[in-house]
Amino acid sequence: MLCQHCNVRLANVHLAQIINGKKIEIFLCEQCAKESGQFCLECPPEINDFLAGLMGFQKNNNPYVTINKEIACPSCGMSYEEFQKTGKLGCSNCYSVFAERLEPLLKRIHGNTEHHGKTPRKMELDIKKSNELIGLKELLNKAIQSEEYEKAAELRDRIRKLEVE
Amino acid sequence: MSGWYIEKGPESDVAVSSRVRLARNFKEYPFPSRMKREQAQQLMGKVKSSVLDSDSDLADGVEYLDLSMLGSIDKYSLVEKHLISPELAVSKRDCSVILSKDESISIMINEEDHLRIQSLFPGMQIRNAWEICNKIDTLIEESIEYAYSPYFGYLTCCPTNTGTGVRASVMLHLPVLSMTGHIRRILEACGKLGIAVRGIYGENSDTSGNMYQFSNQVTLGQSEADLINSVTNIASQIIEQERNLRNELHKQDSLRFEDRIFRSLGIFEKARLITSEECMKLISDIRLGIVTELIKDISLEKLNEIMLLTQPANLQKHAGRILDSSECNAKRAELIKSILNK
Repeated sequence: MLCQHCNVRLANVHLAQIINGKKIEIFLCEQCAKESGQFCLECPPEINDFLAGLMGFQKNNNPYVTINKEIACPSCGMSYEEFQKTGKLGCSNCYSVFAERLEPLLKRIHGNTEHHGKTPRKMELDIKKSNELIGLKELLNKAIQSEEYEKAAELRDRIRKLEVE
Repeated sequence: MSGWYIEKGPESDVAVSSRVRLARNFKEYPFPSRMKREQAQQLMGKVKSSVLDSDSDLADGVEYLDLSMLGSIDKYSLVEKHLISPELAVSKRDCSVILSKDESISIMINEEDHLRIQSLFPGMQIRNAWEICNKIDTLIEESIEYAYSPYFGYLTCCPTNTGTGVRASVMLHLPVLSMTGHIRRILEACGKLGIAVRGIYGENSDTSGNMYQFSNQVTLGQSEADLINSVTNIASQIIEQERNLRNELHKQDSLRFEDRIFRSLGIFEKARLITSEECMKLISDIRLGIVTELIKDISLEKLNEIMLLTQPANLQKHAGRILDSSECNAKRAELIKSILNK
C-alpha cells in the first residue's frame, strides 16, 4: 500500500484515530509521518497540524491516536501483510523480523515452536567453541585473581587463538 | 528398464513406495521467489559443485539437469516418476535437478525452497530413505551455509515446512479399504494424529487407482526420528487393516472377489483402447490379484513398469513422439500387451 500523502513510498506507518467513537485510519510512509514534524513515532503522540489538516479536524479536538508501525524485512522488503496474503516468506531474515507474529502461527501449525532435531554441523561447532571460550575465560579470571600470571598468559594466548579460528 | 520403481520392497503387498523429502535454504540468498537471476544461477552452480565435485560416493552416480533445457514431455516424465514436483515442471524460474542414475535420489534446486532433497525406496523403507537424505544434506552443508535458527530450526519459505524440513511419506495401495468405505474412518483418524493423506502426486492430486500417500503434517518440535517413526507406525497399522480386510473379503465372497480381478485382467490383456484413468483402475485390481496370488503369471515388477510407462508423458517418450489422446489410448493398450508378452 502506498503512502496516502506522497503516493510514492510504501506506507508502513498506520495511524488509527478514534474521535467521538468513530475510527479514522490513515496510512503514511515514515518520511511523511516524520515530516509532519509534530509527533514522535516512538512515544504517544498529541494531535498535530498535519493530521488535523488531513482529516479536516480542528486542532483543539482531543482524539486518542494510536500508531501501529508496519514493519518490512530489511533484507528482502517483504511486509507481514504480503506474507499473510501468500503464506510464503521472502528470506530467512524474515523469521527474525516477524518472530513475534510467527510464533503463534507456528504454534497453530505445528503445535510447537521450538526446534528439536538436526543441527548444522557448523552451528554445533560454534556452540562448542563458545562454550570452550567461556570456560577458558573463567579460568583466566581465576588465574589472575590468584596471581598465577604465567598460567594466565598461557590461557590468554589460547583464548586469542580460538577467537581467531 | 531399471529404476527403484521397478523393484518390490518390504510389505510390497500394500506398500508401494517410501519417500523422504528435506527442505533447505541458504543463508546468503533470499528465497527462490525473490531471487534475482544472477543469484539463482550462482546458487545452482554452487549446489552442483557441492555434490558433483565432492569426494563422496554420491558424486559418482548422479547427473545435473538444467530444467530450462528440457522439453515439456521430458519434464512431465520426471513428474510421473516422482522425481520432480509438478510445481518445478511448470516453474518459470531458473531451476534444476540433480538425479541419481538409478532415479532413487533427486535434489530439486529452486523450487519453493532453494533445495528439496528427496530419496525414494520401494515398499516400506522410510528409515532408509531418511538416511540417504541425511547423508546428502550433510554433504551439501560442508560447502554452503544453511539458513538455520536454533529456535525455529531450518528456515523454509513456507512456515509449514520449518524446523526439521522433513516430509516423510509412504504410498499405500488400499483397494479393499476403499471399496468397503472403511478408508473414510482411517482418513479421519489420520487427521487427528497429525498425518496428512494425499493422492498419488502429492498436494492437489486425486487418489486414483486406490493409491494413498500418508505423510507427517508437523515438521517443527519433533525430531526427525520421531516423525519418521510416527509415519511408519501408522502406516504399519493401516497395512494390517488392509491385509485383514482382503482376507475377509476373499473368504466371504471369493467368487465375486475373483470375478472382479479377472474381468479387469481380461480388459487389460485384450482391450484396444485404454484411457489413463481406466488404466489406473485396472492396475489396482491386477495388483490386488498379484499380491493375493490369484494372478500368477504377471510379476509385481512388471506391473510397476507398466504403471510407469502408461502414464501420458512416459508413453509419449517411449513412442518417440507427441500423441493426441486417442493415439495415447491406443498406444497404452499396445504397450501393455508388449510388456506382458515379454
